[in-house]
Amino acid sequence: MKRFLLASLALVMIAGSAFAAPITIDFWHAMTGKNGDTVQAICDKFNASQSDYKVVPVYKGSYSDTMNAGIAAFRAKSAPAIIQVYEVGTATMMAAKGAVKPVYQLMKETRQKFDPKIYIPTITSYYSTSKGEMLSLPFNSSTSVMYYNKDAFRKAGLDPEKPPVTWPEFFEVAKKLKASGMEGGFSTNWISWIQLENFSAWHNQPFGTKSNGFDGLDTELVFNTPLVQRHLETIYQLSLDKTFIYGGRENKANPLFSSGQVGMHFESIGGYANFKNTCKFDFGVARLPYYPDVAGAPQNSIIGGASLWVFNGKSKDEYKGVASFFSFLSTPEIQAFWHQNTGYLPITTAAYELTKSQGFYEKNPGPEVAIKQLLNKAPTKNSMGIRFGNFNIIREIEDQTWEDILAGKISVKAGLDRMVREGNAKLRDFERLNK
Amino acid sequence: MVQQYEFKAKWLPYLLVLPQMVIVFVFFFWPSLQGLWQSFFLQDPFGGQVIFVGLENYVRLFTDPAYSYGESFGVSVAFAVCVAGLSMILALFLATQTNKKIRFASFYKTMMIWPYAVATMVAGVLWLFMFNPNVGVVAWFLKNRFGIEWQHLLNSGQAFLLVTLAASWKQISYNFVFFLAGLQSVPVDFIEAAAIDGAGPMRRFWKIIFPLLSPTTFYLLVMNLVYGFFETFPIIHQVTAGGPGKSTSILVYKVWRDGVINLDLGGSSAQSVILMIMVIGLTVVQFRFIERRVHY
Repeated sequence: MKRFLLASLALVMIAGSAFAAPITIDFWHAMTGKNGDTVQAICDKFNASQSDYKVVPVYKGSYSDTMNAGIAAFRAKSAPAIIQVYEVGTATMMAAKGAVKPVYQLMKETRQKFDPKIYIPTITSYYSTSKGEMLSLPFNSSTSVMYYNKDAFRKAGLDPEKPPVTWPEFFEVAKKLKASGMEGGFSTNWISWIQLENFSAWHNQPFGTKSNGFDGLDTELVFNTPLVQRHLETIYQLSLDKTFIYGGRENKANPLFSSGQVGMHFESIGGYANFKNTCKFDFGVARLPYYPDVAGAPQNSIIGGASLWVFNGKSKDEYKGVASFFSFLSTPEIQAFWHQNTGYLPITTAAYELTKSQGFYEKNPGPEVAIKQLLNKAPTKNSMGIRFGNFNIIREIEDQTWEDILAGKISVKAGLDRMVREGNAKLRDFERLNK
Repeated sequence: MVQQYEFKAKWLPYLLVLPQMVIVFVFFFWPSLQGLWQSFFLQDPFGGQVIFVGLENYVRLFTDPAYSYGESFGVSVAFAVCVAGLSMILALFLATQTNKKIRFASFYKTMMIWPYAVATMVAGVLWLFMFNPNVGVVAWFLKNRFGIEWQHLLNSGQAFLLVTLAASWKQISYNFVFFLAGLQSVPVDFIEAAAIDGAGPMRRFWKIIFPLLSPTTFYLLVMNLVYGFFETFPIIHQVTAGGPGKSTSILVYKVWRDGVINLDLGGSSAQSVILMIMVIGLTVVQFRFIERRVHY
């Protein structure tokens, strides 16, 4: 009897190792609603495609909640393998010595086939070193575009198929829309991301020194230029007669556009699906306007969104799983699936071509405008992206100061100088800590 | 003759309070000490780099214009006082009215208590919807009937008014219950005697009822100040996010924003130590002075 038990025990152990449970890979993310479902669907597809690894996506709340959860878990030595971090957290993750494993290193160590050239350069550059080594895998990427109300254009006697291309034209159209009986002409989300960061990149102007922070922590903000001043000054003047309406920070200005109070609006292409659901009128997507007197404009716009970071200190097998999951994520089919279901941009050129050949853009012209805007020119040191520590505080300072400008508490020039001065102090704090 | 039992074992009382002490230690003392410790350091969120800076985090709160801690302090005091004043005055008025012999008194009382069941966050959302400059009912009404342009996203006075209203509305129910209980414990004989002596309703209220209510009033004053200072975070978070500019960025909102969103752990810890000292101060005031001086 005893012998039989031992034998069966041994059998169970052998069987156990032969049918070893797949290695679990935790993946913390911040995607809700349909985007969250799509994350789950992609992980399910990956898990069904092989039996060695099991990726478990866990929703951890907002971007900042997710990042904080990751930080706390890392400090408690129970970090997940993969974490989604928003673009403003990029420099913080990079500077976290010993906390992360760069993607290019991960791919090399696990001998995973990895060709950085398949990715869209403007997207990967945001998350790469200035030498082009990929630090995190771009996941959900978007860029800012102009949305316009075609019905309102018709009513104001404007051609709905000819949205304004330059800023001077744009402001004229905004005045005409207002004159046609609309509440206001235009509004914008994300004042820092769209009207300062993307504005600078689109005009091939530096937002900060040292290639916007890519080449060193001793970077400084330099966007208090006559060009930016002229731009914000014009918007401020137009806010006085409500041709420009302020709708709040982040993406809080969206209802102004979807309720038909303004005819033009700046928002991420990630908001395209949302507008398709909420707008009861015909709307179009156009490229960001530019000032024609600036040499080299338009350049290319920069991205926003989030990327996937890999935590340090995991086992070799886990890293192999992460690497094969990242390769899986980068396949054209999965990227096209993600792109078409969420509205975020594909990260590889092949996925874009695939989506095009499937006829997706005939029904959804908006996302293609965004991709073309990103691909407009090869990125320069002014348009690779922004790499600042304490970036969240800097954006907050910009938001607060912009509100003070619109409330007439401070002039545009003094406001821009304050943004740069206080922002630079935050960059110095970061430099001091991470030298 | 009352029999008194005495425990022989010296350790038993300690054993009995031990579970409570463990909870207090784990959830209060330990985090507080950590906060105090962290306030002397600059550190990156992952804890890889730690630089001892002494009191620099505290000094910077008051010298760095980007922190504008003094401004935030002023806003918090004004906000707490306005919320306490407004909600207590309205609650006292409502309590005296429902305490009269009127029809449906119990219906009114029930209705008055309802807002307390609304989560603070939801209260913020409700007020935000009504006053949304673009789609809010009240904002529309103000604009079209009174010609008042409601734009709390840029007008700091309006933003302050809005969060004060939302926070007070939420607190009225709480004050109402306490005031009503206080009013019902005022002996009817006193009021009748005063009435016979020819005192009118106003005089009866100020000379008899109000002084007898003073323990309730002082208790509520402390509770409301604490509420205004520390528990209104969800309303600020939901309605204004500290804006426009920094005009409604009260201390508890700022400490969260700097620590959780902006990952400035040292600065945020220094702020939380200051908040802790304030809470301790308020508690001391309540136990030492108010509870003794109030005429019961």
